[in-house]
Amino acid sequence: MPPILAAIVVIGGAGVACALLLAIAARYLHVFEDPRVEAITNLLPGANCGGCGYAGCADYARAIVEKGAPVNLCRPCAAAALLEIARLMGVEAKPAEKMVAIVRCNGDAVRSRRAALYHGVADCVAADFTSGGGKICREGCLGYGNCARVCPVGAIVFTESLLAVVSPERCIGCGLCVKACPRHLIRLVPASHTIHLLCSNRERGLVTRKACSVGCIACQKCIKHVNGQGIHMEGYLAVVDYTVPLPESLLDVCPQHCFVRRGLPAPPPQPAAPSAP
Amino acid sequence: MKVLRAPFQVRGTIHPHYHKGVTAGRPIETLPPPTIVQVPMLQHLGAPSKPIVNKGDKVGVGQLIAEAGGPISASAHSPVSGTVRAITEGVAATGRPTLVIEIENDGLNTPASPLQPKPEWSSQEPSTLIGLVAAAGIVGMGGAGFPTHVKINPPPAKRIDTLIINGAECEPYLTADHRLMIERPEAIWEGIRILRHILRGPHIRLAIEDNKPDAIRAMEKVMASADDDVALVVLPTAYPMGAEKQLIAALLGREVPSGGLPSDVGALVENVATCAAVFEAVVQGHPLTRRVVTVTGSLVRRPANVLAPIGARFSDLIEFCGGLQETGGKLICGGPMMGVAQVDASTPVGKTVSGILALSRQDVAVYETHACIACGRCVRACPMSLLPCTISVAVEAGQFEETERLAVMDCIECGCCAYVCPAHRPMVQFMRQGKAQIQAIRRLKQQQNPPVPRSP
Repeated sequence: MPPILAAIVVIGGAGVACALLLAIAARYLHVFEDPRVEAITNLLPGANCGGCGYAGCADYARAIVEKGAPVNLCRPCAAAALLEIARLMGVEAKPAEKMVAIVRCNGDAVRSRRAALYHGVADCVAADFTSGGGKICREGCLGYGNCARVCPVGAIVFTESLLAVVSPERCIGCGLCVKACPRHLIRLVPASHTIHLLCSNRERGLVTRKACSVGCIACQKCIKHVNGQGIHMEGYLAVVDYTVPLPESLLDVCPQHCFVRRGLPAPPPQPAAPSAP
Repeated sequence: MKVLRAPFQVRGTIHPHYHKGVTAGRPIETLPPPTIVQVPMLQHLGAPSKPIVNKGDKVGVGQLIAEAGGPISASAHSPVSGTVRAITEGVAATGRPTLVIEIENDGLNTPASPLQPKPEWSSQEPSTLIGLVAAAGIVGMGGAGFPTHVKINPPPAKRIDTLIINGAECEPYLTADHRLMIERPEAIWEGIRILRHILRGPHIRLAIEDNKPDAIRAMEKVMASADDDVALVVLPTAYPMGAEKQLIAALLGREVPSGGLPSDVGALVENVATCAAVFEAVVQGHPLTRRVVTVTGSLVRRPANVLAPIGARFSDLIEFCGGLQETGGKLICGGPMMGVAQVDASTPVGKTVSGILALSRQDVAVYETHACIACGRCVRACPMSLLPCTISVAVEAGQFEETERLAVMDCIECGCCAYVCPAHRPMVQFMRQGKAQIQAIRRLKQQQNPPVPRSP
């Protein structure tokens, strides 16, 4: 027998024997897995953000099927997918409104004044206890991007202008950035709202005005404009409570230009027409 | 009295340039009380003080204006007489926001000290004297600001066998304690004896670094007649020899356990300025309303040691010293190693402010930071036997559980690692960031599983 034939027979024979072993093992050592786990894993967004409290999407899918976890913990999940998961599990689920994160500060390096230069570790926690990274405002965005580093989908842009901005198109509303911000500036808001107040400074108007050109000075013009619907005061700061949609005309009412238009769907760029309240 | 050399060696340490000659020879000058003082409510460790005066109130010199805000806290007194103008938000010298009481000076110096001095202290009960120290608002004046009345009243289970008096002043540039030892050795020595009486007669070890021979001579002279349980220990000059744990190690060879206090090893450390403050409170009835501050640095026109009222702003002291040669440098509260950079000069002097340092742009060259090359110089320099390089890399990577395992909480933030780092890494800031994150994680865990109250 030529040597090549011997090699083919030996290797081929070993291959067949191993295939048989694998076939037997697959039959007798088979572990039953609910097909729904795979189906639900495919329906979940796959960002593995951990916002539901489980270690990723597959882990959450297993928890739904095996431990009976609630089906509506996934905030990034699309409404259709949620309904499909609920149908698979045979439960009722009301799709929650899509939420997006918003950084309640608009004071970048140009608008927010700086008193000192900061040459330390480029991290918000480190800058926060080192005189707040040099910005005068003690309640504004530090701009060193702790939120951007935890974002699983890269929805947060932070630039050299020392301000973090969330892109509502990309944001999946997982809420990781909310926990990462040492100044608690980020808040999850319903994605249907397009008018936001971007300031968190609770100081008196005089102090705020010295620190930043787009800070809330507590003049309360916005509250009068909306007749107290949807905005309330917390100390010297107006806060949007996102119960009713706010009118576009607020953009012009606020003397400090604290209000911005941002959200889904992006409205066509046109000057806002003042509407009677 | 005996004079000894330090019997034990301290691990790590560095030898920076000291720059002390600029002010070491200059006598303490008194700053005339400024027209406005701002007394911060956070001048110590623990809870902030609680203001007990209102806007518009008339106050006198030494009048109690804020009481202790908790078991570990201290009271505050007015350094001038005048009217309370406002109680507002301000910034403490540590950079933390705090309430400040703003008082307008009327220049009359009406005395209103609430203290009953006890010049015959040796016949008094220790508890009476501890009450007097608490009422005077005395805190550790070396830098940390631990309330003294808490420190000198340890739980009965912990016996203090040695009282260490810290005159090391190892921080570069600062000469406030140095001048105090030369000019007021009697006050310091009487303060030491009062503390010894309160603690029921422990051994006394006064530690001074060997770069201050004139201070050693001055203290030796007043202590000459003391008994043999009192010793003046001459330390080798090194940084951070004057840190509490390093001092205990150098003098007694004992190691304070991780997370513990000096009283766990039977020792207690007080700064020389604190001893002088105890003397002023107990014998003269003056609460702690002023302290010696070294105003120095390459930008200060006339560097000096200034006796300044608590609440005077940094700008007042700098003006008293001839102003700055140029602006745009770096202003530091404290020394260059452990001091806190200031945003502006409106910060008020607190009880723990031992120096104001104004450095020019050339002095504070900003380096580019590189990656850690694991050379291990910081490990050799660390006086706490930590691994600063490993900790800093773990902090950078956000691995805070690993950081905690590497005992970052034992870091004393002396800055030796940053001083020797060839990659110019901001090591101390990494350490502080690690500590802040670990504390945040602990708080979060405590909120999620609150501790079960123990049934009686």
